[in-house]
Amino acid sequence: MNVTMSVNGQRVTRDVEPRQLLVHFLRDTLDLTGTHWGCDTSNCGACVVLMDGKPLKSCTALAAMCEGHEIRTVESLEVDGRLDPVQQGFHEHHALQCGFCTPGMMMTARGLLDENPNPTEEEIRVAISGGICRCTGYKNIVAAIRWAADNDALARQEVSG
Amino acid sequence: MTTTADRPIGFGRLKRKEDPRFIRGQGTYLDDIKLPGMLHGAILRSPYAHAKIVSIDTSRALVHPNVAAVVTAKDLETLGLAWMPTISYDTQAVLAGDKVRFQGQEVAFIIATDEYSANDALALIDVEYEPLPAVVNARKALDPEAPLIRDDKSGQRDNLASPTWEAGDKEATDRAFAEADTVVSRDIIYPRCHPAPLETCGMIADFNPETGQLDIYNGNQAPHAHRTVYAHVAGLAEHMIRIKCNDIGGGFGNKVPVYPGYVCAIAGSIVAGKPVKWVENRSENLMSTGFARDYVMRAEICSKDGKITGLRVDTIADHGAFDSTAQPTKFPAGFFHIVCGSYDLHAAHVQVKAVYTNKAPGGVAYRCSFRIAEAVYLVERMVDALAMELKVDPVELRMGSFIAPEQFPYETTTGWTYDSGDYAMAMRVAMDMAAYEDLRREQAEKRARGELMGIGVSFFTEGVGAGPRKHMDILGLAMNDGADLRVHGNGKAVVSISAQTQGQGHETTFAQIVAEELGIPPEDVEVRHGDTDRSPYGLGTYGSRSTPVSGGAVAVVSRKVRDKARLIASTMLETRPEDLAWEKGRWYVKGDPEKGAMIEDIAARAYSGDPMPEGMEGGLDAQVIYDPPNLTYPYGAYLAVVDVDKDTGHVKVRRFVAVDDCGVRINPMVVEGQIHGGLAEGIGIALMEVLTFDEEGNCLNSSFMDYLIPTSLETPDFELGETVTPCPHHPLGAKGVGESPNVGSPPAIVNAVIDALHETHGVDHIDMPCTPARVWAAMQGRPEPPQ
Repeated sequence: MNVTMSVNGQRVTRDVEPRQLLVHFLRDTLDLTGTHWGCDTSNCGACVVLMDGKPLKSCTALAAMCEGHEIRTVESLEVDGRLDPVQQGFHEHHALQCGFCTPGMMMTARGLLDENPNPTEEEIRVAISGGICRCTGYKNIVAAIRWAADNDALARQEVSG
Repeated sequence: MTTTADRPIGFGRLKRKEDPRFIRGQGTYLDDIKLPGMLHGAILRSPYAHAKIVSIDTSRALVHPNVAAVVTAKDLETLGLAWMPTISYDTQAVLAGDKVRFQGQEVAFIIATDEYSANDALALIDVEYEPLPAVVNARKALDPEAPLIRDDKSGQRDNLASPTWEAGDKEATDRAFAEADTVVSRDIIYPRCHPAPLETCGMIADFNPETGQLDIYNGNQAPHAHRTVYAHVAGLAEHMIRIKCNDIGGGFGNKVPVYPGYVCAIAGSIVAGKPVKWVENRSENLMSTGFARDYVMRAEICSKDGKITGLRVDTIADHGAFDSTAQPTKFPAGFFHIVCGSYDLHAAHVQVKAVYTNKAPGGVAYRCSFRIAEAVYLVERMVDALAMELKVDPVELRMGSFIAPEQFPYETTTGWTYDSGDYAMAMRVAMDMAAYEDLRREQAEKRARGELMGIGVSFFTEGVGAGPRKHMDILGLAMNDGADLRVHGNGKAVVSISAQTQGQGHETTFAQIVAEELGIPPEDVEVRHGDTDRSPYGLGTYGSRSTPVSGGAVAVVSRKVRDKARLIASTMLETRPEDLAWEKGRWYVKGDPEKGAMIEDIAARAYSGDPMPEGMEGGLDAQVIYDPPNLTYPYGAYLAVVDVDKDTGHVKVRRFVAVDDCGVRINPMVVEGQIHGGLAEGIGIALMEVLTFDEEGNCLNSSFMDYLIPTSLETPDFELGETVTPCPHHPLGAKGVGESPNVGSPPAIVNAVIDALHETHGVDHIDMPCTPARVWAAMQGRPEPPQ
């Protein structure tokens, strides 16, 4: 069946198997391998992308369900050579080690900050609690997202100033 | 603002060089790789824990339009690949032919054009089983009536996996117990858990029948050792096998062994004549690949006049259906005999039996150095139990029993030579950070209000960095690591190492070692690893051995290059080498510091047409194989504060203070990151991570719905401290650290839970994981009976 959606701002139409998961559509059909797969049961969050701006575990959606929707993956975070503050924050705060959960964590963080630009530590912890990181113990991820919140604000000031 | 602290030339808090690709989603993990014409494999697994295989009919699968081949044990027999050696000199079925011995065991391998078709076709294979009684309990496996699991082994009449292994001094221990005024005993289980890296295991095998070359893409922790094993298993020439490990999504010990799926992918590529990719799903990872721990221990500790005087441990190790535990050959119980911990203890005796059960094979070191986690957990629980019996503060008992700084190097009664330490100081730092007295006051107040707060401490000593070739090997291979360093004519360097990062940040840390030793900025040092054709031989990364062994290799090879640079500089400066002095990045003339040669100028000279010192070859490079003289012995003092919900038994880790001494820290940021990660895993092991089985051998934790891993909500804001006692025999004074937090934190948490419940509920032991149900049962006086 044919499905048309927006992926990272580009309109894509593909013939998909009705049962194909969105995560496989992104990785295998579109070669966007930054979105990872880790568990089969929607527990790990390695596959989180944004659907219409909201975090979505892409192993829980069929590609066919995304007809007409806007999908954003980790590959879209950097714009014109400028890292998203979330990406920069992860680097600044050593919020990644093996890097496998990182795209899902960063997309979750982006979704959070778009909705709540000034989250508390508790709000950050709740927001990322649908994801598993085996390497960092989360402390530095929380710090990275807080850094991104502060620097999102700075960027907005620069724009409005 | 970037400061020099952010851009150290050498040791310091350098941001990681590997981050840029990962934060852009541009890492290359195994499943990201596609080769032209690549086929996809899937494994049919046994639904039974123990059953005879009556027949396997693959005919319906073979007619599936997208299926290229189906491989069974019969096919592997013709290739000589039906069985493979394990890391512990046992054999393991690649695909089951005679019978299945654990639920999830590999029975058939399907190769198809795509992953979905391969998995569809699994349902088209018809296997007739004749179920047999299963044994999943280690003690019951020793019952003379227990079903025989390994009837494939000639002469095997029971379920013992190896002869009983002992360490320590039995007579002295018996004497200590006879003379003791206090003896405490406990049955303690370190339950079966799983490293569960977020990326599961998998492989792409690409065999070229024309050239005989086998290219393997695989995320494993020891690529050179794997290559040796494949050469042996498949009868291929080792130099014609190339393993490429790109980015690896975590390992934690799970990616040390060779798994049947790997051999199937290789056999599949040989059979199909095309590249074959196999990637396991999460259930396959949890049900069939290397589990950890599963030690059933009975321990006694004794004291006289308030000082610990003896320790006795009788252990049954549950290896599952095949003995594929990861440890050096001469140590069938790994380093479990480090069980005397951090104490000046003159009498200890350890005995370990190993058994087969109808459970998955393994016994890997889940972020631990070969059973040290089990040893540390045991001794730290026993010391707390003794303190409870003696009615003394657990910190006080430890303080009174530590090995003193002046006793190092210290020979333990079980055969270790600890290199250095000031244990009491680390403990004091932890107590100060935690404000221990205040915590005890708070606890008393809360108890008066009916609230359950617990404070638990642990103090661990690890032996990491296996290891000296005079003491240990794995499968006959020396546990050494190589390093090749070349400084190019432009003054930039490439260092190739045999360690294999799975997230530890080697590309940064090892660049910093070269930078520290040669004064070349770390951004100009390329660290090459993970490709057996482009790196020197060595045994890889596990057991916290990267910095102790590979780090030693990189330091030594850098110094060799520096020595060569000195000779070249002496020619350039027309002076004698002994008249030159070194400062970071430069040899200069003693007494005339203005006159000198920068390392990049020396490098340029080494490749130029200008004369070299008499008898010296051109170029600026060197190679070493580093054989560590001893293990390194990091240690630490940990303290956990927990709140137990009196109505549900739910345990919340409110605070966690971790003081680690891992010697010199090359990149403190990376070290702290390692500690955070290990602490989270330790919380998981203590509170939720466990693989359990029902009587029939069904695995009850075969997905992340049931195998629980801590999230951001179960992990506190860790409080880290440090002391620095340089390792006296490591070239950089460094010790391993990655595993310390995983090893040291479970006993602190369990001690805290018991501390919360002992006075009010009389609880004196709870086996991990301390789930709400288990804690609540213990509070009702109905602890789960030992296995």
